[in-house]
Amino acid sequence: MEMGTISAAYIASAILFILSLAGLSNQETSRRGNWYGIIGMAIAIIATILNKNVDAYGWLILAMVIGGGIGARLASRVEMTQMPELVAILHSFVGMAAVLVGFASFFDPANTLVGAAATIHNVEVYLGVLIGAVTFTGSVVAFGKLNGKIGSKPLLLPMRHQLNLGLLGLSILLGWWFLSAGHDGGTLPLVIMTLIAFAFGVHMVMAIGGADMPVVISMLNSYSGWAAAATGFMLSNDLLIVVGALVGSSGAILSYIMCRAMNRNFVSVIMGGFGTTAGGDEDAGEQGEAVAIQADEVAQLMKDAGRVVIVPGYGMAVANAQHSVSDLVKSLRSQGVDVQFAIHPVAGRMPGHMNVLLAEANVPYDIVLEMDEINDELSEVDVVMVIGANDIVNPAAMENPNSPIAGMPVLEVWNAKNVIVSKRSMATGYAGVENPLFFKENTRMLFGDAKDSVDAVKSSV
Amino acid sequence: MIISIPKESFKGEKRVALTPESAKHIQKLGHELRIQAGAGKLAEFADADYKEAGVQVVKGDAIWANTDIVMKVRAVTSEEADKMSAGTTVISFFWPAQNEELLNELADKKLNVIAMDSVPRLSRSQKMDALSSMANIAGYRAIVEASNQFGRFFTGQVTAAGKVPPAKVLVIGAGVAGLAAIGAAKSMGAIVRAFDTRLEAKEQVESLGGEFLVLEFEEDGSGDGGYAKTMSKEFIDAEMAMFREQAKDVDIIITTALIPGKPAPELITQDMVESMKSGSVIVDLAAEQGGNCKLSKADKIVTHKGVKIIGFTDLPSRLATQSSQLYATNLRHMLTDLTPEKDGNIVFDMEDDVIRCSTVSHDGAVTWPSEPPKLSAAPAAKPEPAAMPEPVPELSTAQKAKMTFGAMGLALLALLGVGSVAPAEFMSHFTVFVLACFVGYQVIWSVTPALHTPLMSVTNAISGIIVVGAILQVSSTSGLVVFLAFIAILIASINIAGGFLVTQRMLKMFSKG
Repeated sequence: MEMGTISAAYIASAILFILSLAGLSNQETSRRGNWYGIIGMAIAIIATILNKNVDAYGWLILAMVIGGGIGARLASRVEMTQMPELVAILHSFVGMAAVLVGFASFFDPANTLVGAAATIHNVEVYLGVLIGAVTFTGSVVAFGKLNGKIGSKPLLLPMRHQLNLGLLGLSILLGWWFLSAGHDGGTLPLVIMTLIAFAFGVHMVMAIGGADMPVVISMLNSYSGWAAAATGFMLSNDLLIVVGALVGSSGAILSYIMCRAMNRNFVSVIMGGFGTTAGGDEDAGEQGEAVAIQADEVAQLMKDAGRVVIVPGYGMAVANAQHSVSDLVKSLRSQGVDVQFAIHPVAGRMPGHMNVLLAEANVPYDIVLEMDEINDELSEVDVVMVIGANDIVNPAAMENPNSPIAGMPVLEVWNAKNVIVSKRSMATGYAGVENPLFFKENTRMLFGDAKDSVDAVKSSV
Repeated sequence: MIISIPKESFKGEKRVALTPESAKHIQKLGHELRIQAGAGKLAEFADADYKEAGVQVVKGDAIWANTDIVMKVRAVTSEEADKMSAGTTVISFFWPAQNEELLNELADKKLNVIAMDSVPRLSRSQKMDALSSMANIAGYRAIVEASNQFGRFFTGQVTAAGKVPPAKVLVIGAGVAGLAAIGAAKSMGAIVRAFDTRLEAKEQVESLGGEFLVLEFEEDGSGDGGYAKTMSKEFIDAEMAMFREQAKDVDIIITTALIPGKPAPELITQDMVESMKSGSVIVDLAAEQGGNCKLSKADKIVTHKGVKIIGFTDLPSRLATQSSQLYATNLRHMLTDLTPEKDGNIVFDMEDDVIRCSTVSHDGAVTWPSEPPKLSAAPAAKPEPAAMPEPVPELSTAQKAKMTFGAMGLALLALLGVGSVAPAEFMSHFTVFVLACFVGYQVIWSVTPALHTPLMSVTNAISGIIVVGAILQVSSTSGLVVFLAFIAILIASINIAGGFLVTQRMLKMFSKG
């Protein structure tokens, strides 16, 4: 295939990718959006394979079949509660691929650039490998934290900011060495830099607490995009640049949305260490007594209510309670109770996590509302049931300026007539902050595993 | 305080302002209740039931004497007012705009009047919004009356005796009454279409299973307080053309269009009525305010060329038990707000929006109209483009603009810096990069938060496009390069296949109830 035809195919596939993302703007068009993406990808790959410089079909097909097989298996096996892990590990693959392509491009004997063009190419290789390597190890650590292989408490090394700065400075020095060494002597600095970037990625994500995971996941999403874009520059391939830029800005916007939802500054999230300086002790005295409630009483309250709102959190995902919740909602709705869900933007471990879980349990998406849509109406609600959520319904964010989560927008569930909190124990949430909600007059605690509790309520309804 | 409920004197009024159920709650506020014998009879509440609930039953005119509060459905007449002593509070429907003379008279007699129709539409006051309660009943009853006059089933059936087409119902105005009518007609099996000038009504109509008719016209009729405002002439022309089309097709039209303080807009003209099929029915809920249909007559059924036009104005009273129950509950909530200490003493707290707006006469002075609260139960409308922006936000937008321009200037300088040293080829790629970032920025903001997880997995899949680079490298002559590219293709393929498939799986699960 001639270069002109290939370029045309690349333009088509770039447009399809843009349409694919645009299709996700609402549920009705989202499936079509995914198909646009698949078609775009198919066009790009076929056009590239038909490039007259490509002839190692055996290797190529073998790699794609193995990779595609693994991917399909992962996709069909994964539980919806494990989506954040899958997304994290997929980010790491993009990062690794960027590192490998960068090295291959550097070693490629067909590369005969000289002068300024060679220098620019080397800068691009260096950046692509750097971003790719950080993305790779960062995502692997995020994956480990999400599935519990690595503890979710932030790891805070002494002098970590200086350490990070030092690593950055070292990378710049190595870059200068790499550029001046040119093609022949550049391998060593490139490899050392890669190792440093690996370490940097690990250190960066290790320092971030579990509650900030939605930000980390979106940030790594963004990095994987920039890695692809850098690879695009390195290979002078516009399609890669376009896709990288799309993915990069997507992840950046998601990170911004998540930070805003937690009233946190992006830089301070990256700096890590959230939740270690909990301010629970200064107001420990004024806490009242939490009142427990039994499942059958909860059922009665809900049956008598005109309007019920359910606030799910990560605890629902952990207990795998979404199907039980969905059944409960169905039987309440069949008895004429108006039931809705209220989703906080950072509920769960990645953006939109709760929506996916509820969709899996066949909850119709038109009764799943966002925080901004429902917050003002909560005072008209008879019963709010909080399932496995803590920080996102914490009144301290609004009432206590000394609280570590002060200023974070929260679901104002305490305005409802009754609040039921389903929780395993009185332990604090990821932010490590005491929750005065539990001691409010209209709050009742339903202790126990979220799934068991919801099932018990359901059987009494 | 002593609260008295006299029998309604208005001819044909069957409702009553107190039910045995609401009596129990009101007594908990510390009030003492008295009811005139037989007041609840027409609404199927016997005197014995009231007695059992602790209400004293009083015979004849004694009910008007020695009382602090009188609760009624209809406004008191001047003869009734004469029987009351100064300082008594009357809580009832009043319509101060239509009854200014009576209002002045009551104020002169130093009677306090709380008009239940003047309760502002706030989220907080919904529980005492008697207009909505009554409108709900009127909407339901409108369908019942229509089916009474309509010679066919509402639902479609295929029977051994032939096929019955479903009735087609058009509801104009999707307020509380309109929505109740939609719900009732739908549950009887009819095909329901609805129209409203307020675009926010679309979702509500659809939630009840109705089809919302859309005009190809950019104008939203949402006014203050959840009511519609008057629309432009062009809009009305387009609207009328649509009604003309619909009239030929539908069997039943329910009109509920009211604009506060104005005569009802005429929506169904004589020629539209004549174009309807014989046997069709029109129910005009606005008949009291002049009617949405030219031919409707208040409190009558008019037949015009085979089309029956129902203009009943007493629909809530025709469902007296139900409307008494809801109205009594609204009154009870009003009393709850008036008795903050639950000690049987009522307080006119004029700082309270609800009490200030609904009190139309207090201490001998007419307090109507009061300053309305600037809030609507509906979501806030987009600010009008013509409105003057307030000085403070203007300053901040100017500052924002300054900052934006500043950032743009810096970016431009940086671009020039890069451009002055980089080769042309790099710059052309860079152009593509910057443009793509902007496209991404615009596209991603429109993604609904519910789909953020699928968004991430799809971006994951498409960032597998890095495979393209590896495919080009795998045919290299260097073994090392082939090896690296092979691994890269492999893991990028995991991404592509895994990302797209898992997105597909997730999106399949999103379904509307």
